[in-house]
Amino acid sequence: MKFTKTLMATTALTMVAGVAGAADMADEMTIVSWGGAYTASQMNAYHKPYMEKTGVNIISDDSSAEAVAKLRAMNEANNITWDVVDVVASDAMRLCDEGLALEIDPDTMLADAPDGTKASEDFGDLLVSECFIPQIVYSTTFGYRTDMVGDKAPTTVCDIFDLATYPGKRSLQKRPIDNMEWALYCDGVAKDDIYDVLGTDAGVDRALAKLDTIKDQVVWWTAGAETPQLLADGEVVMGSTFNGRLFSAIAEQNQPIGMLWDMQSFDLDGWIIPAGLSPERQARALDYVYFATDTQRLADQAKYISYGPARKSSAPLVGKHADLGIDMAPHMPTDPANAANVHLYDYSWWADNRDDLDAKFQAWLAK
Amino acid sequence: MAALTPISRKPFWLVALMVGGFGAFFGLFIGTSNGSGITGAIVGAALMVGLAWAYINLLKNEPVGRGITFAAFGIAGFAAGGLPTAILGALIGALGGWLIYWAYEGRYRAYLAPYLTWQQVLWHFGFRTICGVIFVFLITPILVVLPLSFNAQNFFTFTPEMLRFDPAGYSLKHYQDFFSNNEWQRSFKNSLIIAPIATIISVTLGTLAAIGLSQSHVPGRRAIMAILISPMIVPLIISATGMFFFYSQIGNWMEGSLGLDKNLVGYIKVVLAHAVLGIPFVIITVTATLVGFDRSLTRAAANMGADPVTTFFRVQMPLILPGVISGGLFAFITSFDEVVVVLFVGSASQKTLPWQMFTGLREQISPTILAVATILVVISIALLTTLEFLRRRSERLRGMSPS
Amino acid sequence: MSDIKTNGPVLAADGTPLKRSLARALRVEKTRALMLIAPLLIFVLISFIIPIVSMLFRSVDNRIVEDTMPYTVAALKTWDASSGALPDEPVYAALARDMKAAAEKKEHTRIGGRLNYEESGFSSLFRKTGRAAKKFDLDSGEPFKAKLIDIHKDWGKIETWKIMQTHSVDYTNGYFLNAVDMKRTPDGAQMQDDDKRVLLKLFGRTMWMSLVITGMCILLGYPVAWILANLPARQANLLMILVLLPFWTSLLVRTSAWKVMLQQQGVINDVLVWLGFIADDSRLIIINNATGTIIAMTHILLPFMILPMYSVMQTIQPSYLRAAKSLGATNWTAFWRVYFPQSIPGIGAGSILVFILAIGYYITPEIVGGNKGVFISNRIAYHISTSLNWGLAAALGSILLAAVLILYWAYDKIVGIDNVKLG
Repeated sequence: MKFTKTLMATTALTMVAGVAGAADMADEMTIVSWGGAYTASQMNAYHKPYMEKTGVNIISDDSSAEAVAKLRAMNEANNITWDVVDVVASDAMRLCDEGLALEIDPDTMLADAPDGTKASEDFGDLLVSECFIPQIVYSTTFGYRTDMVGDKAPTTVCDIFDLATYPGKRSLQKRPIDNMEWALYCDGVAKDDIYDVLGTDAGVDRALAKLDTIKDQVVWWTAGAETPQLLADGEVVMGSTFNGRLFSAIAEQNQPIGMLWDMQSFDLDGWIIPAGLSPERQARALDYVYFATDTQRLADQAKYISYGPARKSSAPLVGKHADLGIDMAPHMPTDPANAANVHLYDYSWWADNRDDLDAKFQAWLAK
Repeated sequence: MAALTPISRKPFWLVALMVGGFGAFFGLFIGTSNGSGITGAIVGAALMVGLAWAYINLLKNEPVGRGITFAAFGIAGFAAGGLPTAILGALIGALGGWLIYWAYEGRYRAYLAPYLTWQQVLWHFGFRTICGVIFVFLITPILVVLPLSFNAQNFFTFTPEMLRFDPAGYSLKHYQDFFSNNEWQRSFKNSLIIAPIATIISVTLGTLAAIGLSQSHVPGRRAIMAILISPMIVPLIISATGMFFFYSQIGNWMEGSLGLDKNLVGYIKVVLAHAVLGIPFVIITVTATLVGFDRSLTRAAANMGADPVTTFFRVQMPLILPGVISGGLFAFITSFDEVVVVLFVGSASQKTLPWQMFTGLREQISPTILAVATILVVISIALLTTLEFLRRRSERLRGMSPS
Repeated sequence: MSDIKTNGPVLAADGTPLKRSLARALRVEKTRALMLIAPLLIFVLISFIIPIVSMLFRSVDNRIVEDTMPYTVAALKTWDASSGALPDEPVYAALARDMKAAAEKKEHTRIGGRLNYEESGFSSLFRKTGRAAKKFDLDSGEPFKAKLIDIHKDWGKIETWKIMQTHSVDYTNGYFLNAVDMKRTPDGAQMQDDDKRVLLKLFGRTMWMSLVITGMCILLGYPVAWILANLPARQANLLMILVLLPFWTSLLVRTSAWKVMLQQQGVINDVLVWLGFIADDSRLIIINNATGTIIAMTHILLPFMILPMYSVMQTIQPSYLRAAKSLGATNWTAFWRVYFPQSIPGIGAGSILVFILAIGYYITPEIVGGNKGVFISNRIAYHISTSLNWGLAAALGSILLAAVLILYWAYDKIVGIDNVKLG
């Protein structure tokens, strides 16, 4: 009993101390992101300069993976504790559809480029949703074990389906998006027709039939860190993942991995501001976003992680890696050499068909 | 434990059978890895039987015999494949040497009842071997993964350097990361705050309710029991979203009406949510202990003038304490290892250790989580052995014979 | 006895009738028991049961349709879907009115998302219509039928209206139908398309695999619990560390450990190849399938089986076994007829714990289960956190919960929940 009392007293004290330490809550904002190296890059490029400039204290919350569900719950409970949230574009569209994110007018709410170009033009067609402020362009692309493919390194995405030349397991993301498109493309569908074909039942069957040819050899992943681990183990000979993960495995960890940029699937990651914040919190969130998405800031982030800045005007400012000192531009998915053949993922098509195709995809997986 | 049965030396055919089997077993492994399993088994069996014969009839000196086997197998292993196989060889040698004398002197009989038949003796050891295999199953994954926390790379992979025991393949950087990284430190602290308080709440309320439930006339007992156990039954992800709504409202109220600090409210929310999850474990263990509880003891206490509170703490509590402690253990682990609910109910300032591990696994596979696991394993081994040591000491002090 | 009958009720010492006195004592005892239970019961009811019930209520709640589009729902009531003709202008006018109001409140996309669960295409239909609806002039009197069909051709399709009508009820069985691979259609409940049927299979797999895992845990746990209960305390406590250590180690770490162990370039395969038992090109596939899930979950849940069994076996007197043997029972008979029946409560408690925990797990199957080893909980998690189809998630959760409650009830009838012993 005595022990219990002491324990309770200690914990109570700790909590009081914790409260006293965080006495000044007035100038605080919670920014939600993915955690790991990605949050670290945002911390260096955005959070630290912003905190220095304004004195606002930024708390970072690594909940982006659950952001959609949690924002909806927050909205219903009328208890929104987040100020700015980092999500991928498709999640941003869903949040926007659900009325959970604030609509943004890029020209009035975001900074112009240094040469005076309006933000809407600087971001261009990357503004895929009314609520979404793009931050980086990343791509889902393939990496392969250089020591397991012999002397013929894969050159096209269709080598994924070539079990004869490249025997062994490959890892793919456990969702229909991207995989269905690659399957159709390698089944001979022209790039421009992919979504027309996929819109029909026969097209879905055709894509799944193509995936069936390698189904036994696929390891399905759900978290971005899995493919680099599988490649490092030699468990798979090639696999899709986010290009930044491959960069880190290759350049920072010196793994025998090569990049296959062909038909990389461009995707966007960026900020949304939750709908229903109090006016002063909303103003602060907008102020942060104005600061964090200007041309220089977006270029700065590329120093820490190999994702391309979403503004056209940021591209020339991309410099060298902060620790390794290598030139970052050739590692960006947007670099012309890498972007010779890219797959542009159709957000609005997927917003409509995602539930339907996901059910079919899951049924196919379970077969 | 004192020997039960006087031991006697065994005939050579029995020794040969045992050590031959041992030799054949390991010979099979070495044989298959070099081409022929059967040759390996035969050579292994012959080698062991030959050694046994030589030791028993020629050498007649146990320490020397065991030393020779240990050294010879170790050297043979080293010659075959360097340090790792040398260790393996030495282990097999030590085991083989011990086995020869164990069989020859009949030591295996010493602690068994004298009336056991040979089948029963065989079953005795066979059963122990089966249990040993299950223990190996339980512990191997943990033993295998812990060395990876010293990996010089940021992957969960045994690198060739690690397998060669090359110091360059090892590093303490993941431990350094754990101790120097604020996120890890903060989440560790949060777990240490949240789990004990949640445990205390669920143990206190749970024990009281269990005592109430164990009375003979409780209306709607089954339904109450089902309600109290429900947090264990509902799929966690459903609980997490459901509880989120409730705790948001409670949080709003506490911040708005009571004017409590946001951080404090955050902790209260997570603690209460975890307390609810721990309750079924406490209820189940404590009611089970109370089933065997002799009610006349409380009546006797009351008869002798103790008030209910005294009766509870002095009579009932000490007797049901084992159940309460193990329920508390389950509740503590539930909170300390819970990731789904805290992801929903908690906010960044209440990030717990499992949450930090979860993002670590999703976003960058980093052996830091293994470093944390290693530290926790070492701490719990230390705690458990200290407890065991204290138990033995108190036994000794009280003059009891060791049980 | 006859005296009592004739002389009125028996009196207690204080002069009140014994019957009343006993009743009062019973009442006091009941009240005291309830007072002890009350704090926890109220706590669990308020902080758990009510939130969970309201979460599960989402599986039938469909009020969003009428709340967002009250006029359209009312106008559609008079439309006869079987007539084969599109609704008349009043329905379109009502739709225009609802759309404009919803678009101003930014709710049009939400209802589009709701209907999109039933039929793909609704999301973009509502988004597009809503964008245009903001500029509608409701009082102009112009025909909205042509205008809406002009905005999106789907408004000119009878199918669209049929689906709207089918799903405009306040409380729907649609989510439950979806949860068992059926769907709510204008022509009543029908089976889901062949290529979308997956959930029943997952329910079956969840039950079957949880049973296998429980069976494996009994098989592996029984000998260990026996030896722990029968060794002297010194040795038993040391061996207990081996059971508790995995239990103390984080679930995430243990799951990752199994990944390291089981994968094709993993520890088990490497050792087997090194020993020459299998060839390098025919490594065992024991991960990303049901085997992987069963191995890893058995390991993770084994302590939950061992601990209750151990505590029950500790109370079984070894003298019973000796007595049975001295009366002439063989080893097997003594075990099977004397020891085993006494250990059943432990098996029961362990099994119910392991089984219930197994059906609810989703992190471990997600990591080691591939596509043949995932459970229904993985789909629940997907619908909660990714597709936002909470109605379906709640329906799936309710079915799972009902299954567990039935099992719990059966267990209570057969073994009795009092016999559950955990440690």
